[in-house]
Amino acid sequence: MNVVVCVKQIPDPADPGALDPTTKTLKRDGKLILDESDSYGVEMALQLVTTAGGGEVTLVSMAPNGEVSGLRTALAMGAAKAILVSDDALAGSDALATAKVLAKAIQRVEGADLVLTATESSDGYTGTVPEQIAGLLDLPSVTFAKSISVEGSTVKIQRQTEAGYDDVECPLPAVVSVTAGVVEPRYPSFKGIMAAKSKPVDTLTVADLGLDASQVGWAGAGQQIVSIAQAPAREAGEVFEDDGTAVEKIIAFLDDLKVL
Amino acid sequence: MALSKIWVLAEATDGKVTTTTLELLTKARSLADTVEAIYSGGDADAVAGQLGEYGASKVYTTGDLAGALPGVPVSDAIAALVDGGNAPDAIIAATSYYGRDIAGRLSVKLDRTVITNNTDLEVDGSSLVTTEPVFGGTTDVKTTFTAAGPHLVLVRPKSFVAESAGGGAAAVETIAVPDGGKSAGAKVTNRHVEEREGPSLDEAAVVVSGGRGLGEQEKYALIEELAKLLNAAPGASRAIVDAGWVPYSYQVGQTGKVVKPTVYIAAGISGATQHMVGMKGSKNIIAINKDAEAPIFAVSDLGIVGDVHKVLPQLIEALKAR
Repeated sequence: MNVVVCVKQIPDPADPGALDPTTKTLKRDGKLILDESDSYGVEMALQLVTTAGGGEVTLVSMAPNGEVSGLRTALAMGAAKAILVSDDALAGSDALATAKVLAKAIQRVEGADLVLTATESSDGYTGTVPEQIAGLLDLPSVTFAKSISVEGSTVKIQRQTEAGYDDVECPLPAVVSVTAGVVEPRYPSFKGIMAAKSKPVDTLTVADLGLDASQVGWAGAGQQIVSIAQAPAREAGEVFEDDGTAVEKIIAFLDDLKVL
Repeated sequence: MALSKIWVLAEATDGKVTTTTLELLTKARSLADTVEAIYSGGDADAVAGQLGEYGASKVYTTGDLAGALPGVPVSDAIAALVDGGNAPDAIIAATSYYGRDIAGRLSVKLDRTVITNNTDLEVDGSSLVTTEPVFGGTTDVKTTFTAAGPHLVLVRPKSFVAESAGGGAAAVETIAVPDGGKSAGAKVTNRHVEEREGPSLDEAAVVVSGGRGLGEQEKYALIEELAKLLNAAPGASRAIVDAGWVPYSYQVGQTGKVVKPTVYIAAGISGATQHMVGMKGSKNIIAINKDAEAPIFAVSDLGIVGDVHKVLPQLIEALKAR
């Protein structure tokens, strides 16, 4: 069982995000980390490979400046190797261009049975890339998986829905997006962290993938930001330290609004 | 100047068109001369009345998908319609499981970008301009399309207010679903509905949500009890949904429900961006959290820096005594 996991390396969500005033895109020039949303896919992939009794997990990522720190985290969890696409031409890529790059990179992994992604990244959160990758690779797909098991050449999934969940069956190879909570991601062990330093990371350019630079980045983006404005702020009201009168205050507030 | 034609991806549950679909139809008719709906269900005749009332002159239906996930068959059918020379200026869907799956597949088939998570749409000259809030809703980004249409747009629920146009039923036209081959291989074998009590998150005047600050799963009972007393819908932060304390259908936030009740009570919720996006639009917000620095206090009208394990039981007792 060979599993490819798409992982994104993003600015630390603990730091306040910022837009570049010139390019009007998210600033991502600092240190990047593994998107926590992707750690679930990595863990799921490692467990599926273990259950199958053979195979390996390959990471695929696209990031500026040859960034590998997030990949090293996922390699330390147990992934075998990584493909990183890094190229100045990729700056400004929209979700579709990102999917084109990732799909080309995935095609370089031999014998991939399953491609896992998060449902959306924590920084851009378009949530369309998993289906776009599946469309480009002409593979079946299941989104929002909260449980995954493989039986022979079929993947069985519990797919989250608005009302509950659906049982879904899908032939392999397939693309599956996983929700946070699908599994509990492991913490890399010291041994894992040391081993990750020497695991192979194949760094590629847009040309290496056989894509034309006009299909990606600013050149390929079908959209353009026209303005960025501060949204009307919501005024903070009163904040009290609970001195035993909290309940009185809450009830008076609700009474005023006539919801009691 | 208005656009000439917009298609809205319509969703319905048990023969009732979703509120979000009605919101999208309402907005679409202010942007374009003609609004039509795309629908995938066996009951198009039943929903054509509501779709027409809110502005759709026609509904194209694929018919029942027989357990197939919608992404491949519906996008294939739409692409065939577009290729047949019947292209609209824009195709609009909700930021829902259904909308996201179809828009992603469709963007590949039409080789068009899709702009997601929007809360407003406007026409500037002949181009469509979208508004997407970022950084937890503190910044609005307006984006336009640089390539030719049809433009693909995903809009968040509750971005617009649904208003009837008083129109008659939409004409129903069945469209063919091309054979999706192996890409259409995913099939639903069983559906599970998680029952929930009381008013729904979408409609309730009061919502009471709990988060990690509750400490343990058993304490969510406090949220449910308070909700019952206030005739409110119980909600949850993503953290406790991910932890498995409550089902996903309780989740309020970016990846869950967007709510705009008269009162939103956040108990033990710090106010991650993910959560704030789903509840900032509430008319009044009460927050109870032991951390005075929690971001939730920046948007609350009444903030209580205190222990939910003390405040909630006291509040429940006081309400029972009334």
